[in-house]
Amino acid sequence: MKQLVTGDEAAAIAAKLARVKVISAYPITPQTIIVERLAEFVADGELDAEYIKVESEHSALSACLGSAAVGARTFTATSSQGLMLMSEILFVASGMRLPIVMANANRSLSAPLSIWCDQQDSVAVRDCGWIQLYCENNQEVLDSTIQAFRIAEESLLPVMVCFDGYILSHTAEPVEIPEQAEVDKFLPPYKYPYLLDPEKPITMGAVGVPEYYEEFRYMLQEAVLKSKEKIIEVGQAFGRQFGRKSDLIECYRSDDADVILLTMGSLSGSVKEVIDEYRGHDERVGLVKVRAFRPFPEKELVDSLAHAKAIAVLEKDFSPGSTGALFSDLSGTFVNSRKSPLLLNFICGLGGRDVSSLQIREATKAAMEAAKIGEVKKTVRWLGLRETMVGLKP
Amino acid sequence: MKLPPSTIILKPGNSEQNETGSWRSLKPVVDAEKCNGCGLCWLYCPEPAITKGKPVVIDYRYCKGCGICANECPVKAIVMVEEGQK
Ligand code: SF4
Ligand code: SF4
Repeated sequence: MKQLVTGDEAAAIAAKLARVKVISAYPITPQTIIVERLAEFVADGELDAEYIKVESEHSALSACLGSAAVGARTFTATSSQGLMLMSEILFVASGMRLPIVMANANRSLSAPLSIWCDQQDSVAVRDCGWIQLYCENNQEVLDSTIQAFRIAEESLLPVMVCFDGYILSHTAEPVEIPEQAEVDKFLPPYKYPYLLDPEKPITMGAVGVPEYYEEFRYMLQEAVLKSKEKIIEVGQAFGRQFGRKSDLIECYRSDDADVILLTMGSLSGSVKEVIDEYRGHDERVGLVKVRAFRPFPEKELVDSLAHAKAIAVLEKDFSPGSTGALFSDLSGTFVNSRKSPLLLNFICGLGGRDVSSLQIREATKAAMEAAKIGEVKKTVRWLGLRETMVGLKP
Repeated sequence: MKLPPSTIILKPGNSEQNETGSWRSLKPVVDAEKCNGCGLCWLYCPEPAITKGKPVVIDYRYCKGCGICANECPVKAIVMVEEGQK
């Protein structure tokens, strides 16, 4: 059945359909609707779950550690500053291999204070050992959240489902809501293999002394790398059952493209429009959308990008003093490959600034120019920057 | 030896192997007259350091000196004194 829902509502409905047993979260814009809806579901008796109220995001995720450790299907949601406050516990959750699922409505970070969208928050914690999936639209928010539980439980890793604040979180779109019985089939009850149970005492989260620490970190690395197969497998199983499959990346008109734009999240939708325009003028331009940012789909990206002449990476984040994070990961991916396209980085859409088709065309043109002359004049550019304001122009 | 995926120790009771008594700078001293044997200190003690009874007995091989027992005792039967003092 199709329903008109916002991205936040899609995440809440997905958690309900997954029959989560524990929800612990703290409200923060633009994620608040998720926890409001879930609180209503629990209060109205529509969802048989424990809703744990806490005084901060740090406590919210800490409560989630406990509930995941006793084997309860656990969900939380946050955004921006809330994710930053959780950051200490993010690393504990992955290190303890607890399959928590989190929705993160992407929002910029202070300062300056901003409640609007960019992806700096989740990108800033890319090293925390969580799987990160980015959504293009509200249907993907629902689908990825349901899939996230199975990926998490079968890989023993926490999963963060990221979607752009306001652009998706507060915008209603028609979303196909699956039947409960179908989701039950896809997501059977699960059993955590190392239950915290007073009847059978074990120690969880013990100290990792220097003789052991490195081995545990290696095993985490292997687990996150291996989760690539799981993301693909679960995405295909979802496709067989619900008719919409997911993958690590999505290629859009890129197979024969000379210039490929690379994005994450809702921006991909706008880029597709621009690609169609170019294709209408017989320009060989395409898009590759990164759905799984962690694990980073290195091989898949090389396979789908290597034939192009130039790649324009458009992203709503940057690492001050370096480049955009997606760009630097991509550069690292190509460093030892025999053939690498030219790589250009475009920082855009920070703090909720709209990324217009004009800006997307500007990036595309720059990449086409690089492809033509065979070199990149300027590696990192900022789209939509008001140059007089920062003293670049009088 | 293959490790479990996280720092999980499946064998119970291993805190007995870890003598945390050397961490202590403050030492709980029980006033046998005041102790009524309620067992609250035993319940709250994070180490296997207290044996229930009237009065309770503290095993200083494990007592790390956190002071929780003294804080929880409803009749103030435990005082924390600096190590090395009488
Ligand atoms: S000081 Fe702490 S460790 Fe020692 S007996 Fe009291 S509660 Fe236990
Ligand atoms: S809490 Fe105080 S009164 Fe109760 S058993 Fe311990 S020392 Fe005795």
